[in-house]
Amino acid sequence: MAKIETTFLDFTYLDLLAEGETAVHRLDPRAKVLATAVFIVVVVSFGRYAVAPLVPFFLFPAVVVARGNLPAGFLARKLLFVLPFVLLVGILNPLFDRETALTLGPLAISGGWVSFFSIVLRSILTVGSALVLIATTGFTGICLALERLGVPQPFVVQLLFLYRYIFVLTEEAVRTVRARELRSCGRRGKGVGAFAPLVGTLLLRTWDRAERIHLAMLCRGFRGEFHVRRAYRFGTAETLFTLGWVGVFILFRLVNVSAILGGWITEMLQ
Amino acid sequence: MSHHIVEVKELRHTYPDGTAALNGVSFRIRHGEAVAVIGANGAGKSTLLLHLNGYLAPTSGEVRIGDFPLTRETLPEVRRTVGMVFQDPDDQLFMPTVFDDVAFGPLNLGLPPEEVESRVLDSLARVGAEHLTEKPPYRLSGGEKKRVAIATVLAMSPDILVMDEPTTGLDPFARRRLIGLLKEFRHTRIFTSHDLDMVLELCERVIVLREGVVVADGPAREIFRNEELLAACRLEKPLSMQGCPVCGNVTRQPEDIIRNRKGAVDE
Repeated sequence: MAKIETTFLDFTYLDLLAEGETAVHRLDPRAKVLATAVFIVVVVSFGRYAVAPLVPFFLFPAVVVARGNLPAGFLARKLLFVLPFVLLVGILNPLFDRETALTLGPLAISGGWVSFFSIVLRSILTVGSALVLIATTGFTGICLALERLGVPQPFVVQLLFLYRYIFVLTEEAVRTVRARELRSCGRRGKGVGAFAPLVGTLLLRTWDRAERIHLAMLCRGFRGEFHVRRAYRFGTAETLFTLGWVGVFILFRLVNVSAILGGWITEMLQ
Repeated sequence: MSHHIVEVKELRHTYPDGTAALNGVSFRIRHGEAVAVIGANGAGKSTLLLHLNGYLAPTSGEVRIGDFPLTRETLPEVRRTVGMVFQDPDDQLFMPTVFDDVAFGPLNLGLPPEEVESRVLDSLARVGAEHLTEKPPYRLSGGEKKRVAIATVLAMSPDILVMDEPTTGLDPFARRRLIGLLKEFRHTRIFTSHDLDMVLELCERVIVLREGVVVADGPAREIFRNEELLAACRLEKPLSMQGCPVCGNVTRQPEDIIRNRKGAVDE
């Protein structure tokens, strides 16, 4: 269970990173959310065998990490958490799709492997950019940006509450699981069966807490509207950031930069 | 000012599962009084507090806050007047940052932004938490959370402060600071607590509940001297009124000394 605890500590660390004081951090959250959203849509829009055209897209997270002074090693380790799921999704491709798609000298590579690598690349790009977004903007900033961009308030408030109480809930869950573990004396205890009432207890406790929070909100004059004070400014820097990156993404989408670069290099070598 | 009065008349509350938590509780708390509601676990303290801001509706009886009875119409006004600090500050701090949290109430009151800001900074300063303004609540320590929770209530400028177990879970230093803070308030204050030493320090008056009934209501010192009553209610004398654990000497409280002198003169 130590795993879950450390994962959540890391989560807090990600949030701490968002308090940085670089030009990227200071940008209005909306600019970063918009750019990242377009980035993800463009990356996902490629065909299933695209590998080379995806490579230039690493420019965006790389530049933001560099300008935002983010620890690249830490983010890369976070990415590793997602990788098992990605491998699970993609691993069947090489088995089903055995047609040779390209040959590297004597090596014949099947379409399955190509699409597998494409999936891995895309996941790294999309998850990576989302992590970078959180590390430069903070979860709260993202939620508030979503609201300013027109997402209905109830959804945004749900997200904010989720983020606020996920820490409290995991702490409760970790305590309960620890109590179970200590009393099962290193063995399996009563096995999986013991987890059902455990989850039930957790649900009931959450229910109680929700009621108390609602009471706390009512006590302070809550009437269904959620006010958050924030100074927003979508200025030149934000416009440049958003339009600039969106332009770059569209360029990368339409023109295969890797192929052109490759062509130049082969030309120069000849 | 008469409108800071809390009056409870023959209050009864029975939970839907049939548990009778309050069986006819009556008292009247005047403006500026500091009153502790004490009693064993399950004596009905929390249920009583939840009536004071209209979260629970009485099964029978009446609650009056200020000059009006607590009804559906007066509820918003009553909730502004009665500031409630919960036992678990995690229930009370639900916004992304401390500032947002303290601003939540004033913004709901519809105050202009500058007024909100000054109120927030002012109430955070009063509890000594100015440096926490931009922090998210989940990164605060227990004592910090408690102080911010009090600030969220102060920002509503309530006339009556109600606190459920204010000192539980605090380290001695944080507890001491909190007691100092609460001493300064001129509000009408109502606490529940098992920390009887805190009660002795903060409250002139104590209401003892047992099985949903008021069994004693009077000056704190007098009630804490009544050992029979305390034992019957699963309570005990505050440590500061007990003998020294090493030599067994009882420190004399100033008023005891005065009384003894009087006695001597009378004789």
